[in-house]
Formats: sequence, C-alpha cells, structure tokens
Amino acid sequence: MFYSIVGHYSLILGLCVSLILVYFSVKNFQNSKILNTKILSFTFLQFFLVVVSFLCLVTSFALSDFSNETVFNNSHTTKPFFYKIAGTWGNHEGSLLLWLLVLTFFIFIFILKTKDQPIKYKILTLIFQQIIIIGFFLFLIETSNPFNYLYPAPEEGLGLNPILQDPALAIHPPILYLGYVGSSIIFSSALAATSLNLVSKKWASHIKRWVLISWFFLTLGILLGSIWAYYELGWGGFWFWDPVENVSLMPWLALTALLHCILVLQKKQVLTSWVIILSISTFTLSMCGTFLVRSGILNSVHTFANDPERGLFILVFLFSLIFISLFIFFFFHKTNQNNLSSFHWLSKETSIILNNWFMMYFLSVVLIGTVYPIFLDVLSSQKISVGPPFYHKLIIPFLIPFILVMAIGPKLKWIKSNIEDKANMILLFVISIITSFLIVKNFDLDFLLNTILISSAFYLFFVTFRDFFIKKYKNISQNISHFGFSLLILSILFNNLFSSEIITNLRVGEIFENSKTKIIFESISQKKEKNYKSIIAEFKIENSEGINENLTPELRIYNKPNIVTSEADIKTTLISDKFIVINIVQNQDYFNVRYQVKPFMLWIWLSVLLISFGGLISFFKKEYEK
Amino acid sequence: MKNKLLPIFITLIFVIIFIFFYKGLQNTNIYTPEAKINHKIPSFNSDLFYEDKTVNSLDLFKLDKFYLLNIWSSWCVPCKQEHPLLMNLSKNKKIELIGMNYKDVKINAKIFLTEIGNPYKKIIFDKNGVNAIEWGAYGVPESFLIKDGMIIKRYIGPLDKKLLKEIESLIK
Repeated sequence: MFYSIVGHYSLILGLCVSLILVYFSVKNFQNSKILNTKILSFTFLQFFLVVVSFLCLVTSFALSDFSNETVFNNSHTTKPFFYKIAGTWGNHEGSLLLWLLVLTFFIFIFILKTKDQPIKYKILTLIFQQIIIIGFFLFLIETSNPFNYLYPAPEEGLGLNPILQDPALAIHPPILYLGYVGSSIIFSSALAATSLNLVSKKWASHIKRWVLISWFFLTLGILLGSIWAYYELGWGGFWFWDPVENVSLMPWLALTALLHCILVLQKKQVLTSWVIILSISTFTLSMCGTFLVRSGILNSVHTFANDPERGLFILVFLFSLIFISLFIFFFFHKTNQNNLSSFHWLSKETSIILNNWFMMYFLSVVLIGTVYPIFLDVLSSQKISVGPPFYHKLIIPFLIPFILVMAIGPKLKWIKSNIEDKANMILLFVISIITSFLIVKNFDLDFLLNTILISSAFYLFFVTFRDFFIKKYKNISQNISHFGFSLLILSILFNNLFSSEIITNLRVGEIFENSKTKIIFESISQKKEKNYKSIIAEFKIENSEGINENLTPELRIYNKPNIVTSEADIKTTLISDKFIVINIVQNQDYFNVRYQVKPFMLWIWLSVLLISFGGLISFFKKEYEK
Repeated sequence: MKNKLLPIFITLIFVIIFIFFYKGLQNTNIYTPEAKINHKIPSFNSDLFYEDKTVNSLDLFKLDKFYLLNIWSSWCVPCKQEHPLLMNLSKNKKIELIGMNYKDVKINAKIFLTEIGNPYKKIIFDKNGVNAIEWGAYGVPESFLIKDGMIIKRYIGPLDKKLLKEIESLIK
C-alpha cells in the first residue's frame, strides 16, 4: 500500500519535471547558456523519480503486496523470489514502466556525455526526447497505471504465466528495451540535427556510438527471445515468424542499415537523407511494434494485454511522432549536392547503398507479412494469417546476392577502387562452390538452390575468415560481425537441412527402434516443487555408433494459474543438439514422445553473439581514439 | 523545396495507414462470417491425410448428415486458438468434422494433432492448397457448414464461442 502510493506520486512528479523541462527549454532557447547545467540536474531528478517508482513496484512484487492490482494479477506467494522480481516487467504495466525508466536513463546519459556538440542541439534533442517521455508518462498514468490498488487486499495473487517463468525471458525485456529506447535517442537527435542543419561528419561520429549501443542491445535482445522460444515453447524451432518476433526484427533491419549509412556519413558528406529517414524509421518501427503487440490488433502466441483503449492511445501517439518527423524532414532538411550520382559503381559507398536496399527489401517483406492481415481485415473482413512459407519464399533468394555483396563490399575502397587480390577472391569462390557441391551431392539434397545458397554462405565465411590473418586489414569489428553472419547463415542452413525427428507414442518400459536410433523409455517419477508438480520421464537414447545418452524431459503442472507445460530436455554439444519433449496423450497411459537431433543449434546462438560482439568492439574502439 | 507534391503524397499515405490501423483496432477479434447459402459443394479428388489413397468429394460428404469442413494448418496461430472449440464440437453426434490440412508439412501437422487432439473424422491432405482454391477459401482457418451437398454457412477466420453456438443451433 505504502509503496503503491509513493510509486504513483513519483510518477506524477516525474511528469511535472518533464513539463517544466520543456517549458524552460523552449522559453530560454535563445540564451541557452544558463540552461546547460540546469537541464542536467533536472534530467537527473526525473531519472531519479522514475527509479523510485520502479523500485516501489519491484518491492511490491518482492513483498507480494496484493493490494497492488498489477501484483495481484501477475504474482503469487509461492513463486520463486527470482521470478517475483522478474515478474515486475513480465506484464504490460510493469514493462511500460521499464520503458520509461530506460528512456529517462538514456536521456540523462546523453546530456551528461554529449560535450562537444552545440548547446542548442542538445536542448532540442532533449525537447524531442521529453515529448516521447511525456507521451509514455501519460500512457502509463492514464491507461495502464501499475499502482492501482485493490481494497480489500486479496489474500493471494493470480500468478505469472508459467511459460514466462524462464531465466532467458527474465532478462529478455530489459535488454530488448535498451535497444528500442536507444533508438529513441537516435530519433530525437536526428530530428534536432535536421532542424539545425547539423547533419554532418561530426554529428555522425557522435551519434554512431548511440547507434552501436542500441544495435548491440537489440541484437542481444532478439537472441534472448529466440533462445527462450527454443527452450520453453518446446516446438524445437528458434524463429517462428510470429508477429511479435517480426516487430523486433523490423527495427533491427532498419538499425543495421543505419549503422552502415552512418559509416559513410562519417567519411563523406553524403547519404544524409538515408541517415535521417532510417533514424526516424527505426524508432517509429519500435513504437509500431509496441502498438501492434499491446493493442491486441494482431493474433499472436504472445498473450499480452488486449485493450483497444490502450491501442488507440499508442496509435495516436505514434502517428503524431510520424507527422512531426515528416514535417521536420521536409521543411528543414536540405539535400546536399554531391549525391549518389557522384559515386563510382565499384566503391564502398555503392556496396553500402546496395546493402541498404537489401535491408529495405527484407524490412518491407516482414512489414507486409505482419500488417497485411490487418489491412485485409479492414477492407474485406477476411481473416488470414501469414505463415513461414511466405517469408521463406520471398527472403531466401535475395539472401544470395546479399551475402555476396557482404563478402566483397568491405574489400572496396572509398570513392573508387579495383578489387585487390582478385586471384585469391576468385580462388575462394571456386573453393566454396566445390565445398557446397560436395555437401549437397553427399547428402542428396534439393539441388540448385541449396548449392548456390551454401556456396555463397561459404564464400563469405572463407573471405571473412581469411581477413583475420591479413595484418593490413584493420576493421576487426566489421570482420567479426560479418564472419558471425556467415556462420549464422551456415548454421541455419545446416540446421534446416540435416535435422531429423522421431515422433512416437510410448508407454513406460517400451522401446522405439529404427535403423539409426533406439529410444528406451526407462522410468517415470514425480517431484513436487513450490509452485508446480512435475512428472519426470527418463529416456535412454542409443544411436548406431553405440553412444548412449540419458535424457529427462519433464511435464510441469503449475498450480497458479493451472497450466501444464512441457519442459524439453536438451543435450547440447558443439555439433548438435539432442532434443526430447513429452506430452500427455489424453486419457491414456501413453506419452507422446518427440525426439529431434538438431545440428549446429549452439552455433546459431554463438554466431549471433559474435555479430553483436563486433558491434561492441566498434563501440569501445571509438572510446580509445578519443 | 523543389517538389511540393512529395510531402503531401507521403503524408497522405500515412493518413491512410492511420485510418486502416484505427479501423483495425475497432473490429479487433470480431469475425464477420460471410454466408454463401445454397451453394453446391465443389466436386474434387484429393489425398487423405492418414491413409494412402484418394477420395472423391461425393464419397466424403454423404447426403443425410451435417458436416463441417475445417481448413487448418499447424503453422497457423488462430487455428490453434479455435481448436478446443472444434474438439468440443466433435463430441456432437449430429455433425461430422472433416479437416483440410492446408499447405502444411505432414510431420508438423501430426504433432499438432497429437498435442492438442484430433477432432476430425477424416482429413484431406491439401499440400499445395489446390483443394482450398476449389472451395474458394480465403485462407486458414476457414470452415464450411455442409448439409445435403450444399454449403449452408461459411465462416472465415477462427470460430469463437458465439459462432459455435450458432452452428449448434443450426444442426438441431
């Protein structure tokens, strides 16, 4: 009760600070010298107030204070302490408060760290950022207040959805939000720089670090979400093209394109329109994602709050932001003279522009696949859902040239160049074609597309791998990321091509056998935990080489709320994952057993880690140079 | 600004998108069924899902009974949503459920059914989506209520409790 009140009022005070900040910034915009120190202390105050509010919510969750409606809806006394804390952002209200926390934290850091930029630019960025912050404050207080209280206080809470009780998911939202919200800083500062006509090399090297850090967190956030889906949803896949996954992928694509554009802008005064538009779209796409997920306009496996009133608020807010940025872009942005036509066709710039167009293409495919069902529904009341085949058909063919550009592009020089050591590049190309040809031939796969796809992925792999050993070649962060990407594509390809699966119904003591594998259902036992009962099955897997493996998948029956989840048992090795999951067959003593061997799963995670690690290195490299 | 039309054009596009989203928000999860009453069912040949043989539509839908043809797929999320309702409906003796597995991988579809139950008497395996075209289906999920070889009612999108009640009252 006490914490709810404190939390609620510090939210309102935080909103007041926002209004004061905007008012004084606008009023004293011309003689901005006096503002310099004041804005810092005020943004700190605001950050502090939101921290207080957030801690209050965390404490309410920790103490299981069910007089708080959010706690009542999403917690339970028997829940492990870790998930009580993580439950703070495992729900709509709490996750929005987390958004706000990161928003205020980032603007504080921005004001603190930005020293060598004009003061007007700083203040204007602050104003734009405060507009976003005010929007979130109002949204939180008006439609989804985390501190509503219930009287009389209920004895017990309703509990957290068990599939959300997972370590990867506990840290997934905060990390993802760091990425999303980082893009808000890019958005505000791009608008500010456009209004003041500051989009220049200097601005590029300043904003590049924000781009890098948001990109790093966004990549990591998506990875964690994917890991969660793999381990917890128990369908044995890592990407389902679910709308909620798509909305996190879209800002990532835009941000990746932006990252590359910024590199060009840093060297030459070109691509300014690209940079501004991408900065704007990255954040609006994150907001659009929030809208699609939170309003319930889409059907998705992610069961989030479904409230049209909330949806309307975000929608109006989102489009206000879009219209403000369109206005600023069209009325303040001056296109510079030395534009694209001055590029030589074979230069780094051209390859980066190519990269942009590919990214935009992938982005549009994902965007259309995600929102088309909504449009169709409005137009003709038809309900459809767009499945993986759509994305695969449209994306895979374009991956091939994309990967090739990725291999050759970094080799090119700025302005104009010839490819150096052509002989080696061609040699590598031939090697990759032969390698993939052998693989395809040996494993009797679908011929043409696989050969081309695998060879292009191998090509990138060889080229980037070789670059690690060339001393002259300096750009280690880029190299790591591109190498990681080639590894990612290869692992996904091999994972798709060589996965095998056995599905059968077994009773305790029964054995399933085919030419390669023997599955022995040895025994079954029960265990009682604090908030669930579990049935643990023991399996012994023997393969043709005589290697034995014990696997123990679980069925968990949670008491609050009453849900059964299947916990897959996964044995991970460098080469492949062995994945087993059981399910109850209704009214029978049989269990449905699904056993999968999935090669290179670990490499998918590792390669994404490598990709993001490249971004991190680039971030710190800048620091040293200063 | 050289070209004044471009900003106006782009703004207009966003306004239209806004209107679409706004409308979409209003009819969230309300499915309006489109009726095509007294339409004869198409005649077709198709593969069965479990047995390795082909059937003709006339053998599948006998004249004296109610049938619900349900088009589904394991990759379709709304299908999973409506599935418990179909399981319920399958207990009703007056109606037989025929599934049409649409553009699916057989293994995934089998998992889908073993995990959440199989409400269908027979399942047609429509790997390429050709049968669905013959029915004039819009996508998945979609259901057709059939009596005496006629389509009495057509439901686009997942069934909900209200529509299920409607079906139950229709077959009484």
